[in-house]
Amino acid sequence: MERYYQPEIECASRQQILDWQNERLVKQVRHVWDNVPYYRKKMEEKKVTPSDIKGVEDLYKLPFLTKDDLREAYPYGLLAKPLRDCVRIQSTSGTTGRRVVAFYTQHDIDLWDECCARAIVAAGGTNEDVCHVCYGYGLFTGGPGLNGGSHKVGCLTLPMSSGNTDRQLQFMVDLGSTILCCTPSYAAYLAESIIERGLRDKIKLKAGIFGAEAWSEEMRQDIQKKLGIKAYDIYGLTEISGPGVSFECSEQTGMHINEDHFIAEIIDPDTGEVLPEGSKGELVFTSITKEAFPLLRYRTRDICVLSRKPCSCGRTHVKMSKPMGRSDDMLIIKGVNVFPSQIETVLMEQGYAANYQIIVDRVNNSDTLEVQVEMTPEMFSDKLSQVAEMEKQLVGALKSMLGILSKVTLVAPKTIQRSEGKAVRIIDKRKI
Amino acid sequence: MTVKQISIFVTNMTGGLAEVAGVLGNSGVDIRALSIADTKDFGILRIIVDDPDKALEALSSSGYVAKVTDVLAVPINDAPGGLAAVLSVLADANIFIEYLYAFATRTNAQDAYVVLRVPENEAAEKALTEKGIKLLAPEEIYNI
Repeated sequence: MERYYQPEIECASRQQILDWQNERLVKQVRHVWDNVPYYRKKMEEKKVTPSDIKGVEDLYKLPFLTKDDLREAYPYGLLAKPLRDCVRIQSTSGTTGRRVVAFYTQHDIDLWDECCARAIVAAGGTNEDVCHVCYGYGLFTGGPGLNGGSHKVGCLTLPMSSGNTDRQLQFMVDLGSTILCCTPSYAAYLAESIIERGLRDKIKLKAGIFGAEAWSEEMRQDIQKKLGIKAYDIYGLTEISGPGVSFECSEQTGMHINEDHFIAEIIDPDTGEVLPEGSKGELVFTSITKEAFPLLRYRTRDICVLSRKPCSCGRTHVKMSKPMGRSDDMLIIKGVNVFPSQIETVLMEQGYAANYQIIVDRVNNSDTLEVQVEMTPEMFSDKLSQVAEMEKQLVGALKSMLGILSKVTLVAPKTIQRSEGKAVRIIDKRKI
Repeated sequence: MTVKQISIFVTNMTGGLAEVAGVLGNSGVDIRALSIADTKDFGILRIIVDDPDKALEALSSSGYVAKVTDVLAVPINDAPGGLAAVLSVLADANIFIEYLYAFATRTNAQDAYVVLRVPENEAAEKALTEKGIKLLAPEEIYNI
């Protein structure tokens, strides 16, 4: 039988959800107008005032926010509460190295945790469960989000964080983890390791909540079969809160967006025009309950489709498809957002030419990032040790910018593939 | 007294070396000595040629990253202990060797030669000449 964390909200009537959205949106626009000069200015430029926004049907009148706005307003420009009311930041990568910083009041954290709790209960979680969280903890929202949700549900929470597979498996066996939360690629890696080590009969996993990167239906089937679990997708972004903006139910045909907190729109990425229901386009979110960092009409750059077809799980909130692509050049590698412009920034800082190529692949279910850079006369040395040292420095600088390890390959000039004179910057070989 | 060595960045791929050699050959440059230092992804080809300027120009215009380095060329007695005799002089003078490679010639059967890359050419040259070891002049090696 389907269980819910907050049935009165998750299964509310369409009218009830609309009522909440209308009331909260009007209040939120006023809050932002009063406290965020950056956005107020944008509204003034568009000649919109809070009195023009009477409900969801007026949402289209508001200006968009993009990652560029977040960069420009860094760090406090979009903050809507005094810092004394804020209790946490989380952060994600920006487009050129300046990170995005999102702020949370305690109330914001509570609501975020509740969203994650809904996802855990939808995956069958109860207070009898042992919830094994191996998303990264820290600035990344994955660990803290699911950790908070797991507490709300009352699961025994294992704050494992990422990496150290030996320890993951030991705790999984010794403490009888029943719900696994991590990126799908790490889940696939753990599944391989469990089978290789003959631990399949010693684990008690029944469900997995996997997000922060794209994964295919084939990958889901593979993980489900190998681990003997049901694998659920979860979606979110730091700018809006973190994981739990939407989550999958037992039907596994899309993720229910928590519409009591987030209003979703699909727009044409080129014109910004709102598209009718069922169209494929860019997903835009408006936070209607966030206090500290309330983004209105934030363009996620994720391309997907919304569906209001009734769901067999009983939840009434709109469902979004898995993101089918991006309307910018952001890559998600090992669950981490990577922009080619960040890599370019590092190369320039290290004295390389802007002739590079990024090759992303998935080897043994784990993403790999290779950066090929053309050698320049200025950087070249007759001493191998010196060239190797430069290469090592570049790997270090990329790691500190991107947060993930990349392989650097120095190549001869003019060997990077070009198409009609223009360098092909990104080669994504992953089949997902 | 140093000689000019040309180092060339070569991507590890089939035919990569043949291509560089072709560029040199087509420009009429004769190779006197060579060595390669390689990693998994690339190699550094180091050569001594009869006409360094011509070689460098040919390589650059073919798009290669190439660089000239001053190195020492030392004749050694082509007999057991010959290399050790030269290297021990440098070791005694506390001179570090970055790399070296050896070559022999058709014209002089008694001697072999080593190309030495050291941090400071002058210090190495001083240590060697003090022990009566004569360095090769550029003209000598280019005309071998």
